[in-house]
Amino acid sequence: MYPPAFEYQAPDTLEGALAALAELGDEGRVLAGGQSLIPMMKLRLAAPSHLVDINRISDLSYVRRENGSLCIGALARHNDVVGSDDAKASGVVSSAAPWISDPLVRNRGTVCGSVAHCDPEGDWNSVMLAARASVVAQSSSGSRTIGIDDFIVSFFTNSLEPGEMVTAVCVPIPSGASGGAYMKLERKIGDYATVGVATQLELASDGTIAQAGIGLTAVNYQNTRASAAEDLLRGETPSDELFAEAGAAAAAASDPQTDVRGDAEWKRNVVAVYTRRGLAQALASATS
Amino acid sequence: MQININVNGTDHSLDVEPRRLLVDAIRGDLGLRGTHIGCDTTSCGACTVLVDGTPIKSCTMFAVQADGSAVTTVEGLKGADGLSAVQQGFSAEHGLQCGFCTPGMMLVSTALLEENPDPSEDDIRWAISGNICRCTGYVNIVKAVQWAAAAARNGGEEG
Repeated sequence: MYPPAFEYQAPDTLEGALAALAELGDEGRVLAGGQSLIPMMKLRLAAPSHLVDINRISDLSYVRRENGSLCIGALARHNDVVGSDDAKASGVVSSAAPWISDPLVRNRGTVCGSVAHCDPEGDWNSVMLAARASVVAQSSSGSRTIGIDDFIVSFFTNSLEPGEMVTAVCVPIPSGASGGAYMKLERKIGDYATVGVATQLELASDGTIAQAGIGLTAVNYQNTRASAAEDLLRGETPSDELFAEAGAAAAAASDPQTDVRGDAEWKRNVVAVYTRRGLAQALASATS
Repeated sequence: MQININVNGTDHSLDVEPRRLLVDAIRGDLGLRGTHIGCDTTSCGACTVLVDGTPIKSCTMFAVQADGSAVTTVEGLKGADGLSAVQQGFSAEHGLQCGFCTPGMMLVSTALLEENPDPSEDDIRWAISGNICRCTGYVNIVKAVQWAAAAARNGGEEG
């Protein structure tokens, strides 16, 4: 299969890419790893008329700590996060990275591209919700930071304006004891998640939960924050009973569809169980 | 667009449309049919090649993106001394049945051994997890990679 014809440019600086996107407006689309965009173009689900390929902008290929955050540049591949010591600063990010698609896709696909794609079956946006990430969007006229909850608008829809591109996604590194986990149920490596649950816990010095983050994959029309479950946890002392309650609240926040991967009721149960297990794993790494 | 790519040690200059996939340039323009097209939707790994040493799915990369890169296909695995250790391993351990996935399997295995000359069975299974084989159940593929790792450790002798 081959995609519809398009105009192509591959600038070697960020300024060059932003200038091209400014000129193209709605017509321009960023090509990063291409592991979602190229298949969609081949299936004629996407037909951008101009691609601005950022693969030659090596400055954007980083995973590093910056001002108390873990920042992942627009050209960092999933596998760059798998192999990064800095990424271990965020338990939920480093836990999720090896479970993104398969090794070949991880060599090519990018974290920021996946975040921008806003596929509700994509893993990274649940992780970013749990970690309370910020997305850095740049255009030729400047830069702005968008909280992940505002960045995700809907099914395959983000809040970027024409001419803007994601240049980095940053997650705050918790100051106290913290842990995180990404639990993913998949039929086989490389398949989309049947259900995915990202959890992060930050503990106060007295052992109570200072902050909790829970993001859900593939059980709604967009990656979903389980807010009620987070509210139940915040300020409380961790316990198995509390985590089970949070699991039930997360399941109530999900609205899965029956499909080839399983029926809706079963998937909701998986959300409850994976939330409970993820929180237990996050707590274990926070207290180890 | 005019692009320059080095494939298996030979420089090529190609004139390609931006939408031409790398796998089509390799098979169609260069006539190297060892790189297979399986699913054509980024799922199966049959089209795996190494781009600057890294295994990727060549059905999910445009040829223009490989401009200036060095590409290795299955045809490039054989060295001056004959078949590579990985190729010998697949032969010795019968690591294939129909052979359709084999070029991709051998390329990811080559990249794995380059990075990790002494992989565990889990390491091997993890490394080949993006490549689907419908015949073997993977058992002999894993043995083939172990054979190649042992052979390389023993200086080219059988492991």
